[in-house]
Amino acid sequence: MLLVLLLLPMCWAVEVKRPRGVSLTNHHFYDESKPFTCLDGSASVPFDQVNDDYCDCKDGSDEPGTAACPNGSFHCTNTGYKPLYISSRWVNDGVCDCCDGTDEYNSGIVCENTCKEKGRKERETLQQMAEVTREGFRLKKILIEDWKKVREEKQKKLIELQAGKKSLEDQVELLRTLKEEAEKPEKEAKDQHRKLWEEQLAASKARREQELAISAFQELDDDMDGAVSMAELQTHPELDTDGDGALSEGEAQTLLGGDTQTDAASFSDRIWAAIRDKYRSEVLPTDPPSPSAPDLTEPKEEQPPVPSQPTEEEDEEEEETEEEEEEGEEGEEEDSQVPGEQPKETPPPVVPPQTASPTEEDKMPPYDEQTQAFINAAQEARNKFEEAERSLKDVEESIRNLEQEISFDFGPHGEFAYLYSQCYELTTNEYVYRLCPFKLVSQKPKLGGSPTSLGTWGSWAGPDHDKFSAMKYEQGTGCWQGPNRSTTVRLLCGKETVVTSTTEPSRCEYLMELMTPAACPEPPPEPPAGDHDEL
Amino acid sequence: MDAAEKEEISVEDEAVDKNIFKDCSKIAFYRRQKQWLSKKSTYRALLDSVTAGKESTRFQIINEAAKVPLLAEVYGIEGNIFRLKINEETPLKPRYEVPDVLTSKPSTVRLISCSGDTGSLVLANGKGDLKCHITANPFKIDLVAEEEVVMSINSLGQLYFEQLQIPPKQSTATKENEEDTSDNTTQENQEELGLWEEKFRNFVDVKDNGPASIGLDFSLHGFEHVYGIPQHAESHQLKNTSDGDAYRLYNLDVYGYKIHDKMGIYGSVPYLLAHKLGRTLGIFWLNASETLVEINTEPAVKYALTQTGPVAAKQKVRSQTDVHWMSESGIIDVFLLTGPTPSDVFKQYSYLTGTQAMPPLFSLGYHQCRWNYEDEHDVKSVDAGFDEHDIPYDVMWLDIEHTEGKRYFTWDKKRFPYPKRMQELLRSKKRKLVVISDPHIKIDPDYLVYAKAKEQGFFVRNHEGGDFEGVCWPGLSSYLDFTSPKVREWYSSLFAFSVYQQMATAEGLIQRSKGKERPFVLTRSFFAGSQRYGAVWTGDNTAEWSYLKISIPMLLTLSVTGISFCGADVGGFIGNPEAELLVRWYQAGAYQPFFRGHATKDTKRREPWLFGEEHTQLIQEAIRERYTLLPYWYSLFYSAHVASQPVMRPLWVEFPDELETFGVEDEYMLGSALLVHPVTEPKATVVDVFLPGSNEVWYDSKTFSHWKGACTVKIPVALDTIPVFQRGGSVVPIKTTIGRSTGCMTDSPYGLWVALSTKGSAVGEFYLDDGHSFQYLHQKQFLHRKFSFASGVLTNSCADKRGHYASKCVVEKILVLGLKKQPSSVTSHSPDGKAQPVAFTYCAKTSTLNLEKFSLNVGADWKVQIQ
Repeated sequence: MLLVLLLLPMCWAVEVKRPRGVSLTNHHFYDESKPFTCLDGSASVPFDQVNDDYCDCKDGSDEPGTAACPNGSFHCTNTGYKPLYISSRWVNDGVCDCCDGTDEYNSGIVCENTCKEKGRKERETLQQMAEVTREGFRLKKILIEDWKKVREEKQKKLIELQAGKKSLEDQVELLRTLKEEAEKPEKEAKDQHRKLWEEQLAASKARREQELAISAFQELDDDMDGAVSMAELQTHPELDTDGDGALSEGEAQTLLGGDTQTDAASFSDRIWAAIRDKYRSEVLPTDPPSPSAPDLTEPKEEQPPVPSQPTEEEDEEEEETEEEEEEGEEGEEEDSQVPGEQPKETPPPVVPPQTASPTEEDKMPPYDEQTQAFINAAQEARNKFEEAERSLKDVEESIRNLEQEISFDFGPHGEFAYLYSQCYELTTNEYVYRLCPFKLVSQKPKLGGSPTSLGTWGSWAGPDHDKFSAMKYEQGTGCWQGPNRSTTVRLLCGKETVVTSTTEPSRCEYLMELMTPAACPEPPPEPPAGDHDEL
Repeated sequence: MDAAEKEEISVEDEAVDKNIFKDCSKIAFYRRQKQWLSKKSTYRALLDSVTAGKESTRFQIINEAAKVPLLAEVYGIEGNIFRLKINEETPLKPRYEVPDVLTSKPSTVRLISCSGDTGSLVLANGKGDLKCHITANPFKIDLVAEEEVVMSINSLGQLYFEQLQIPPKQSTATKENEEDTSDNTTQENQEELGLWEEKFRNFVDVKDNGPASIGLDFSLHGFEHVYGIPQHAESHQLKNTSDGDAYRLYNLDVYGYKIHDKMGIYGSVPYLLAHKLGRTLGIFWLNASETLVEINTEPAVKYALTQTGPVAAKQKVRSQTDVHWMSESGIIDVFLLTGPTPSDVFKQYSYLTGTQAMPPLFSLGYHQCRWNYEDEHDVKSVDAGFDEHDIPYDVMWLDIEHTEGKRYFTWDKKRFPYPKRMQELLRSKKRKLVVISDPHIKIDPDYLVYAKAKEQGFFVRNHEGGDFEGVCWPGLSSYLDFTSPKVREWYSSLFAFSVYQQMATAEGLIQRSKGKERPFVLTRSFFAGSQRYGAVWTGDNTAEWSYLKISIPMLLTLSVTGISFCGADVGGFIGNPEAELLVRWYQAGAYQPFFRGHATKDTKRREPWLFGEEHTQLIQEAIRERYTLLPYWYSLFYSAHVASQPVMRPLWVEFPDELETFGVEDEYMLGSALLVHPVTEPKATVVDVFLPGSNEVWYDSKTFSHWKGACTVKIPVALDTIPVFQRGGSVVPIKTTIGRSTGCMTDSPYGLWVALSTKGSAVGEFYLDDGHSFQYLHQKQFLHRKFSFASGVLTNSCADKRGHYASKCVVEKILVLGLKKQPSSVTSHSPDGKAQPVAFTYCAKTSTLNLEKFSLNVGADWKVQIQ
């Protein structure tokens, strides 16, 4: 590019006669001795219709120097700067588009020729850019070499770790076997211990039940004749089975299994079980029998039976209705009582077991010495196994990280690898922006406050032919009624690594520019020293 | 989000929360009027009190319950207009009469009183073809046109007039009086009826002299179609309100307003039009307070099967529309516009309120807006994007963020450090910059504009006499009292003396150019007469197909109520349009009067080139079509400006005798020559286009296919199709090449589209001036030409001899559509009498003649003969 520019003045020395708006390369199409054929071949017109301000060719090629064709193009030579094609519709529209001013030859305005100045500035810029590119590219080569070394080291480390991992795995397997062996006797001893205790519990329960039956029998046996008759049973109307509130003879007889009376033995065996849940002792209150088995392990903390509270107002109406009904049915209901799920009729015949402090009986006795020894041994085996397993996991994690880093796509030659464990910041009026390449982008208010994620590493996002010119960070913090924040990081060639700008072109879609030597392309071969000095 | 009156503080809600706006049930005067009207109390006119003054005829009307008489005045106004005013004869203090809306005091014409029988009075115009027939008891006025009663006033007895009162606390001495006014009003009831105080959310409205609302009914005989009373996101033809809310007129900022709703949005014009075969009427209810309009339409009943004889049956056949106006305060001041044609009604209305301001040419180009273009660099790159993609545009816009903390008249120095440089860049491409300015002023003693306005007492006051404070975008703000001429004058001066600021308000801009330049001011808040000051847009719409579709009836309604320069945000302000919707919106917007892309700050960027090459091209093409037609647009605006004819016209306006056109709102006419049917459905492959008029012929503007009128045709549409049809008998002037802005196209040549009628003729007008100054007005520097085609001769002649304007532009191409026979020769006859053959091509298949290599000055008299 630089060379071409420098050579241009030589070409311009030869002025070729051509219609207005035609480039040097196209001038041979415009031979004034012949009719003009449109460049697309669509028509042929007498040469005096070229640039006659009327559009004849579909492609606009007969009017290269006027605004007559909607799709024509006008060529500016721009001596001293770069030649340029502009839309022919911009010819004579009062706006200077060509730096040599040739596009405005009949609009009444005079365009200053700024090509020389622009060319000078352009060359300066190009020179600066070339300098930056050269230096950047030199640094890039170093970065590539560095990464090669680092990568080799990491690979070595990886191999070491992989070897270590194998022996660790063996150890884990060994310890697992030992652990399992130690757990077998532990389990047997514990099971045995539990079984014994459960048998004890069952026996004592049966005993208690028997006692209850006997005492009930004695209560019922009003005439103490050693038998409970139908009439005696009928003194307990709560045993009513048809819901009429009284125990009829028939019902009593049914309860007695069709007999008219029963003795103590068959009462305990057959009848007690049928009436125990309804039966109300005459000597209240005694500790009623617990209908359920006690907890087999630790007694759990029982919650007092609190009726579930209806949520918020949505149930309010329902609740009120309930209350009204209840009041209607049962005037004595206390106001303070929270209406709940339990039916509000007579109190339940058998009060659920109060959470009495667990009796000695309910608690499992401590393990015997032998069992405890098995447990201790197994525990130790478990600890050792788990420790080994943790070490294995750590090694695996290190391997994964290393593998990931080594196989990460750091550009064609790994030139971007040095960014991997770095973070770069840019402070604007309001925020501190932080870019940790290949990891995340965040934004933090300058005056304190927690950072907002603008995205985590997604992928390289440059165009197909230049994939490594941009990075995409995705899935940042969600925007209110909007998308998740995301950031595109454009990589620009520079001598240093620095974030140069951050903008938000669309809501929650950020654009960041990172200058880095790694983005520097290979510069063209340096011009000979002599030419270089002239610039 | 732009210049407008802001009432509500919520500006960020994604969808409108209807609870923060009133419906009828929450409006106290509506409840009061409904309650009172249910009592069927009537007024009677005291016709023995009639006095015929020089200007008006006055008489008293009285209601048994109210006892205090009202004064009615009937005026005859030039141009077949009647005016009826009803006010208290001796109010406690003067009731509010709307100033500044009428352009001047309307000239009155003397009405001849020819009293009929006792109990009635007839007032007739000079010709005697228009009469007001006043009946005494119950009070009623019939408007008689050519012996036909076309309208009755108060025939439903809905006249309502609350009289100003002394507050109850002060009037304890006059106990009797109190009983009069507040009979059966318990404390609770008072609150319910909002007599002395009305609350809505946290707003409290205190009424010093009690309720003051008014109401009146109008029955339109034989009418089924009524239009107008913007602004609502509703159909063009007004709907029956009997089973829902009334149409509300009350200016509100409704971000993302709901469509098909009768709630009031940004602006109001209390003006209704009614149309039937043979007559168009207008009712202009000059009242600026909150207003509700109820519409009740009884359609015609055909062949009423009654046994009451032919007369009764005939009466039942007639349709009727009742319109009931209710306003919160002020007086009854209503203008009856008697037509008889739509065009007459437009003239009558603009005689009262003024015509559309003649816009500067650039404002008819494409506008690019966004809330917000972030900084100078952003502006530069968007501007460059248009050139890069070769898309013309005229105006770059900056929304509120360009200011220092939303202190209008300032620049954010960080984002826009060199505003002058930025404007120079745009100016070099003959483009413009428009910035926003809102009516609220940030409360900040260090902000010069605030400090000055505060010191001068220029802010709107609250009930206690302090400055009203509300929250808008800058935070706590006060609101300039623009009803005061002094405040307006001061505000204008802010524009005139601000060196770096290109802010737009009409007077300020005119002042700044020392009276030379036509201003361009866009607003979304408006009232009757706003057309005199600039353009109106439909506010914060949404990027959905339904909003694209409703933009057409919304703009048609604005257009028939005088506001020709109107548009909707292209693409939809809120949300992100998909590419297809955006393309369709650009296509529709290119054929709507005000053409601007706009988007809120939460949306994705949507400059025309961000949706892939295919869509960029489609948008480019739509915008170029706009620029191609600019000479036609400009001529239409001139016609709106001088002859009161809307630019965008509902079909019924152009075809008042075709019943089928009365309800059409998915297509419309641009002027009288082009019919536009924008595609407003996704993935459309065909649209049904109704081509009206049995004597008409229509030409597809792209394919040149033609159809006879009075039929519906199925037009296949691709994504690049904008269904536009040219009416046979018209000539449309166009530009043949498109530059990057209107300023760059000043000298580019013209073309003419001549579409022949069934009789082989065509006519069209063309207007041209310098595009920006008042010289067209003061020095008559303009060209007004008439192109007519008859008997094979196209003639360019002068349409207005007063105008002179030298243009070097030529007519370069002429396209004649519908020429059945191939000509043997075409000859042009220039002003000096020279005859020259003209090259042409003829296409027999489409019957089109193309005249090429033509080069005759657009402003000269010439002829082209086709043989």
